Amino acid sequence: MIDLTLLADGGLGWLDASGPESHLVLSTRIRLARNLAGRVFVGRNSESERESVLQDVEAAARDTVLLRHAARFRLDRLDLVERHLLHERHLVSRELAGLGPEARTRSGAALLVQDRVGVMLNEEDHLRLQALQSGFALEAAYADLDRVDTELGQRLAFAFHPEFGYLTSCPTNVGTGLRASVLIHLPGLVLTKEISKVLQGLSQVGLTFRGLYGEGSEVVGNFFQLSNQTTLGQTESELLDHLGKVVRQVMDYEEQARQVLLRNAPAIIEDKVWRAYGLLSYARALSFDEAMNLLSGVRLGVGVGLIPGVSIYTLNKLLIHAQPAHLAAAEGLPLDDPELPLHRAHLVRRTLEADVGRRG
Amino acid sequence: MSCDQCHEREAVVHLTQIVNEQVTTVHLCERCAAEKGVEGAGLPAKTPLGDFLAAIGKGQLGVPTGTVELTQCATCGATLQDFRESGRLGCADCYRTFEAQMRDLLRRVHGSTHHVGERYTRRGSEPVSISRAQEDLREQLRLAVETENFELAAELRDRLRVLE
Repeated sequence: MIDLTLLADGGLGWLDASGPESHLVLSTRIRLARNLAGRVFVGRNSESERESVLQDVEAAARDTVLLRHAARFRLDRLDLVERHLLHERHLVSRELAGLGPEARTRSGAALLVQDRVGVMLNEEDHLRLQALQSGFALEAAYADLDRVDTELGQRLAFAFHPEFGYLTSCPTNVGTGLRASVLIHLPGLVLTKEISKVLQGLSQVGLTFRGLYGEGSEVVGNFFQLSNQTTLGQTESELLDHLGKVVRQVMDYEEQARQVLLRNAPAIIEDKVWRAYGLLSYARALSFDEAMNLLSGVRLGVGVGLIPGVSIYTLNKLLIHAQPAHLAAAEGLPLDDPELPLHRAHLVRRTLEADVGRRG
Repeated sequence: MSCDQCHEREAVVHLTQIVNEQVTTVHLCERCAAEKGVEGAGLPAKTPLGDFLAAIGKGQLGVPTGTVELTQCATCGATLQDFRESGRLGCADCYRTFEAQMRDLLRRVHGSTHHVGERYTRRGSEPVSISRAQEDLREQLRLAVETENFELAAELRDRLRVLE
């Protein structure tokens, strides 16, 4: 089994609910796509070329401040549960973990991670630099990322075109190579059925949304990842400012929707959030989707002050540890074990009890 | 390959669409493509990238059909057909090899072809300069005139003027 204790906080520092607006925003993530000059891109290169990319980037990383002590994971040498685990921690993409339709990892697929920054290697591009922060923290995430980019860019030669900017395997990422996403919880907008209007509005202002696990994933537990759609023709700070402004606006809409719910249907909302809490506290079997939806209800209850004594941090922890690979790894079971729902219910029950107990 | 729609006739229209960065390819025969409201080339695309991918190689971008399909990137051997199938380019030089198509694509996808963000300079090496870009453009202009691609030549000339 991979040793996640290699990571200072198990790679979970981003969900400690210490960041700004963490009652609504779980995390902020930014990535920069980079390729090495003079090398064929990942989709067309050979196993030995990918190995050489890996070695060169690792050597460069050892010479930096922010990645000097990075933990290293070779995705191509991990088993399925371990790859799922890293993906569930939002440390690697579906593609890097080999969880896509082809269900295999590319040779040379690797992750370097130290504190809140990391690099995915041999993903769609040679390098995907990434920074993760708790809460709504675009500036802090970009500050870290910019530093990693500069440090690595001085030690490696990145593919750069004077007019098009940083060159990427897919032209949708060219230019800055920057994709920033904010993982936000919007149950109020979902309950008031305003969400589709908001999501449609996003595409009109150059933004897009994805599910809990990013690219190609379903929306689970009313979590949405809002991110920029274009990467070229605007500066990094313009892209981040624009996303930041729109996220603020979406947060305002969410707060308004919650007020509408509390004003117009207080009894229904109160019943809904307590019912969710009750089920999580007493159920003996929980599917992943059910757990996520109920956790969303409790999170709403905590957010509007109806449920006291449960911390956002506890809910964030459950969001991670109730996932299939986390449970399977903790219990030493295969991913498709029919008893996982029983273990999930047990974990949720014990965790909520402990939280309430601690708060008296 | 048979048509995805009727499963009978040979598919002649291959449309790769990228929606939310998920690549899907639809293969259709001429009749089914026409029934879907397609006249000759390309399907009505849902995304700018799909639209572009459907259009390349069909003579819609001012480049003769055939030439585009057969052009191979000298560095990695990728063709536009490969790009259409995978949605990904083979190497950095593909941007040069398929520059006219990429420029068109970038304009549709991003509304711009000009990177205005951070400029990359490697410590101890020359920054990627404007003069290098000018040299490249002059070379492309020469080629465009030689091959009598005057539409492209006019665009290249305009871009050189901007840089100068």
